[in-house]
Parts: sequence; C-alpha cells; structure tokens
Amino acid sequence: MKKIKIYNLLLIGFGSLFIGCETDEKQTVITKTKLVMSEEFNVDGAPDSNLWSYNIGTGSNGWGNNELQYYTDRPQNIKVENGVLKITARREQYMGSSYTSARIISKGKYEKKYGRIEARIKLPRGKGLWPAFWMLGANSDTVIWPQCGEIDIMEYLGNSPTKIFGTVHGPGYSAGESISKNFFLSNSRFDTDFHIFGIEWDENRVNFYVDDMLYHSVTPEDVSGEWVFNQSFYMILNVAVGGILPGAPNGETPFPQEMLVDYIRVYE
Amino acid sequence: MKNTKINYFRNAILLGLVMVISVNCDGDMSDETLATYPKTAEIFTDAPVGMGSNFYFPYGPDANNPVGSKFSAWSVDSEVSYKGNASMRFDVPNANDPEGNYAGGILRIDGAGRDLTGYDALTFWAKASQGVTIGEIGFGEDFFPNKYITTMRNISLGTNWVKYIIPIPDASKLLKERGVFRYSAGTQNTNGFGYTFWIDELKFEKLGTILPLQASIMNGNNVVRSTFVGVTTSVTGIISSFNMPNGINQSVTIAPAFLNFVSSNPAVASVSDTGVVTPLSVGTAVITATFGGQPTLGSLTINCTGTFTSAPIPTRNPANVLSVFSDTYTNVPVSYYNGFWTPGSTTGSADFSVNGNNVLNYTTFNYVGISFANPTLNTTTMTKVHFDMYIPNNVPPNFSFLITIEDWGPNQIDNGGDDTRQQIFVTASQVQANSWVTIEAPLTLVNRNNIGLIIMENINGSSLSNFYMDNIYFFN
Repeated sequence: MKKIKIYNLLLIGFGSLFIGCETDEKQTVITKTKLVMSEEFNVDGAPDSNLWSYNIGTGSNGWGNNELQYYTDRPQNIKVENGVLKITARREQYMGSSYTSARIISKGKYEKKYGRIEARIKLPRGKGLWPAFWMLGANSDTVIWPQCGEIDIMEYLGNSPTKIFGTVHGPGYSAGESISKNFFLSNSRFDTDFHIFGIEWDENRVNFYVDDMLYHSVTPEDVSGEWVFNQSFYMILNVAVGGILPGAPNGETPFPQEMLVDYIRVYE
Repeated sequence: MKNTKINYFRNAILLGLVMVISVNCDGDMSDETLATYPKTAEIFTDAPVGMGSNFYFPYGPDANNPVGSKFSAWSVDSEVSYKGNASMRFDVPNANDPEGNYAGGILRIDGAGRDLTGYDALTFWAKASQGVTIGEIGFGEDFFPNKYITTMRNISLGTNWVKYIIPIPDASKLLKERGVFRYSAGTQNTNGFGYTFWIDELKFEKLGTILPLQASIMNGNNVVRSTFVGVTTSVTGIISSFNMPNGINQSVTIAPAFLNFVSSNPAVASVSDTGVVTPLSVGTAVITATFGGQPTLGSLTINCTGTFTSAPIPTRNPANVLSVFSDTYTNVPVSYYNGFWTPGSTTGSADFSVNGNNVLNYTTFNYVGISFANPTLNTTTMTKVHFDMYIPNNVPPNFSFLITIEDWGPNQIDNGGDDTRQQIFVTASQVQANSWVTIEAPLTLVNRNNIGLIIMENINGSSLSNFYMDNIYFFN
C-alpha cells in the first residue's frame, strides 16, 4: 500500500481523488503507468517470434481439460492482420481432431515478475468456445502445476457473452478450489466490442480489472496454500474448443470464430 | 472493499461532464422542437402506466375461429405480484368455454404512441399456475395497420417468476408505437384445460446485451411460385434471430415493414414496403430482402406466365342453380373447400383472386374434400353438377381423376351407416392444359337431400399435382 501512496503524489491533478486510498475501503484500479513492454500486433503475418512460441497439437489429455481442438501454427488459425492478432477456431477434421485453433506462449522470451499486464481483446461467441489470456510460472517445466502458479487474467465461455472471470491457482487452491471471481457487463457484451482485461500485480496482491473496473483482488490471506506469485510468469493467449469447463459446441455455435487481440501492454 | 469500485478515469470523465453540462445550461434553449412522443418505458408495474383508459382489446371471432377469445381473460391481480402489489392476470379458458376458447388480445395506448427508439427489448417477469407453453407474446399490434408486429412464439412458463426478454428487431422504426403488448394463449398443449398466467413489470428496456443475428424471409427457404399478372402474393415467414444475454439464440417473427425488399426484375414483379408482390408481365423475378442493411436468408421467385384467363362466366338462371363456389351466384354455406385431412391428404391450397374473380387452387394434390356439414345440402330439385377445371403447364400422361359426391343420409353424419355415393370419372381426353374445361355430369344419386361432401382425387396412379377450380354448382 505504501507504493500506491507514493505513486498518487505523482499524479498531479488527480491526487485529491485518492484520499483514503491507504485504507482497504477504497481501491484504485491501476497505479502503474510506466510502459515497459508493448506488443501492438502491428506487423502483418505470423506473431513476432522474438516474443512468442506455439503450442502445437492436443497436449496431454486435451491440454489437461479434454479440450477438442488441435492447435496449429497455420495462418488460418493464427495471424497478425490489420493491427490485431487473430486466433481463429475452426470446425474441421485435422490430425484426428474435429476442431483447430491456436495457442501462443511467451515462455523463455518474455517473462515478468510483478507489474500491470493488460490486453485489449474482442471475444468470440458460441457454446464450447473457451478463449483465455493467462500466465503460468516460468518454472512450469520443472515444478508440477499448480506449484508453479497460474494467473488467469481473463477466461470466457462463448455461451455467456456478458461474463468473464479472473482466477489464481496455486498449491492447495487450484481447479475447483482456485480463487476465482466473475465479472459481468451490465449493458454490453464481450463479443461485440473490444474490452481491456488486466491485472496489477505486486508482492502481496493480484488485482483483476476489466476496462476501468476493478472486480477481484487476491492477497496471501485469501489463499489456502503457499503464495507462489513472487517469481516470473510468462503469458499465454489461446482459444480452446470444448473440454470439461465449456462443454462441446452445439448446433448453434457458429464457426469459424475469432479472438481479436489489439495489444498487450506491460507497465511498472 | 469488494463492493467499492473507485477509479480516477471514471471520476475524471464525470468532472468533464459536469463542466460541459454547465456550459450548455448557460446557452439558449430553443423553443422550436420537432413533435416528440413520450419515451415512457413502463407498460405495467402495479397498474397500467400511461396507457389511458381504454387500452385492452381482446381478439374477436374470425374466419378461422368463429368463437374467438374470452373477453374477460385479462385482469389486474392485486393478490399476486413479482414486485410491488399487483400483476396482470390472464385466465386462459377451457377449450369448450362458450364465452371464448382461448385468451388473446392487445394492449394499445389510448392516446399518442411512444418513441421506443431508445430501447432494444420488451421485458417482463412471468409465471403460470402450471408449467405451460404460451403460444405468442409480442408487441407492435394496434389493429391498424399492425405495421411493426413482433412476436416471440412458444414461451415456456414455469410456476416461479422468471424474466423474459423479447428483442426489438429495429427500434429506429418505432417512433410512435401504440401497440405495446400482444398475446395469444390457448389450451392445445393442456388437453383443452384452462390455466392462469401472470405478467409483471412489463416494460421496454435498453439492455445492450442482445446481439442481432441474421434475419430470414420465407422461413429461410428459396421458394418458387408460378403465378399470373395481377395475382398478388406476399413475402411471409419473416424471422429475425438474436443471441440473447444467456447465450441462447432466440427467433422472433417480425413484420415485413422492418425489412427492405428488392425485386431483381421490377418490370416482371414489383414488391411493396409490406412485402406484397405484384406480377406485372411474363418473366421471372426474384424477391429478396435486407434487414438492418444485411442480406436476409431465403427468397421468393415469381414465375409470371402471363395474363390469367378467367373461367367462362356462367349464364344459367340463378333460380335453377345451387352454387358451391362461384362469383356469379350466391354460394350455399360451405364448411370448407379443403379439409386438410391428416394424415393422408397432401393437398394444399393457394387460392387466388384476379380482378375480383376468386379461384380455387389445389397444390401438391392427392385428394381433397369440399364439405357442407352444417347444414347438409338438399339437391333434390337439381339434375346435374358443373365444374370448371384448369390444369396449368401440362396434363400428366397418367391423368385419371375422380369426383365423388356423397350424401350423408337422414342422420346427416359422415360414415353414419346410411351414406350413398356417386362417382364421376374424368379422363385425360376430357381435359386440356392451360385452358378451362367444363365438366358436367347428371346427378344419379336417388337420395340427394343431404349432400355432405364432394371429394376429388387422383386415381390409378395419376400424378396431377396442381390445378384450379371455379364455378362448382348444381343446376337443373
């Protein structure tokens, strides 16, 4: 909290609005405004290989969730075009799967401890679609999940067009026991416009926000196990199809469906 | 902490707004304004809101339902409410209720219409005395001209209060709407037994969470119709789909006036704003539509084969005629010209009118009946029967047609044990494609004072599918 107070003093003209911020009764949405990384998706073609790698295939047991898609690096599943990253989920027979899509990760290329991490995204529609903007601990190859930690900045199910959810997973509080919270749009939808999904992450807190609304704040007191968020994490963008959480697509699910990512920005 | 949402972006915007507003307040307010209509959202909360005094209009009898709806079905129930202290109550009568065999009607503002352009849905809370499916709920019906009727069909009600949302197809057109609610509820799914349902907090809302999907005409099918100059036909089956806030796709039946229609060949067929198609000359024209600037699914292709030749006008003395179907004579009471007998009969009807001359058109024909059940027809003084028949396009080579005239006997009951029949066989040599032929036959029935049915049918594998009939009458 001390950090926030210091920062407020720098905000000329807005300082008066922050009186009382040192108590837990009021909460600022964002405090970190020094841009340290920006992926604007402004170069057409494949995603920047300096920042991103692909996950290909079906993983183990549908990436642990019985997901139905085969992830590819083909342009029909993932490309940068007109200033946005497009991840396209398709209904097609491919390598033994009935759907294709894509998942990119910044592991080993961009990993970050603490900061404000946000993306501006327009989401797809339809039962069975399960897009996400999320993070895993950089030690995920050497430490078994959930010990590595997971921060789901945004998850969404295509049959709930007004709802997203933010979640942290760690040892003793993963999957069904994860610390999760829903956020509902009251007068618009996530599939008709772009919205900003972000976290502001400090040593002892992860705050989740959508646009200018803070809706979820997790501290070590909120979790029932070890706080594993004091290490670097990498970013993941994907559109899953089917699986335990969303269920399979139905006859009304339109294909292809796109998740559009306008940018990812990281602040300190 | 969880319940507070403070942020400086929003506060900054608010401050900005205050400044802008204060500047505007100093400006001159013009006295000149366009005529405006109230934007009231509520229709019923604990009482009708802004509806005037004479606003409930139940559906009366019509050609399809001579009994009509029960006029007392609607009331305000001060014992039951979702919110506040009253709701609207709808008592759907038993199917055999002599005062009305269903419940249905409209709520129409007694006064100026409302400006609904700021809303995107009609919403309400509802429940029923038992789980039941309500046939139709909607808005936009004012009894004239019903321009923007919008209807959600088959609404499933349970016994607890649930919120229902009917999307407004295109609110920009609803500048002064008086028909703010319509409903029709029968007992087709409750074995004829009545029930009660309640609606509360009926109002228009701007939800912002409804995504319009594609609309369709002709139920999304590409329909082809052969027709004649001046024989109008209508674009029907107009459906608009929406993805609702709960992720479910919801279809709504909407009025043609929400769409823009286009004819591919306006010299062959024109189409009006209300989807009425008028063939003008020989040729083919495809009618399509857009909704909200987007193309709709489905089309109506008009094949206009030219000017329709009416059947010869009968010249017999009306005193010597008992007419079943003609525009020359006064027709006897007829129960139906197509019984749509199911299962079995595939025959449809596409009857039409050219310059006031009505023509029976039987389509996808196998057999069809014309009935006089109430009362049966006494043809004792008549000696012959007359039909004019027209087969468009071509006569199938295997043409074989049978007309059966059936007398139901003294008990006047079909298949009541005392029926007698006369058969009139029509062969290919008696008919001709694309022109009217007259079929006349002597009446040989001994007892013919209780004629109940005229049956027409394909026999011997005949594949006649489409024909017209006119001037069906008995004479002496």
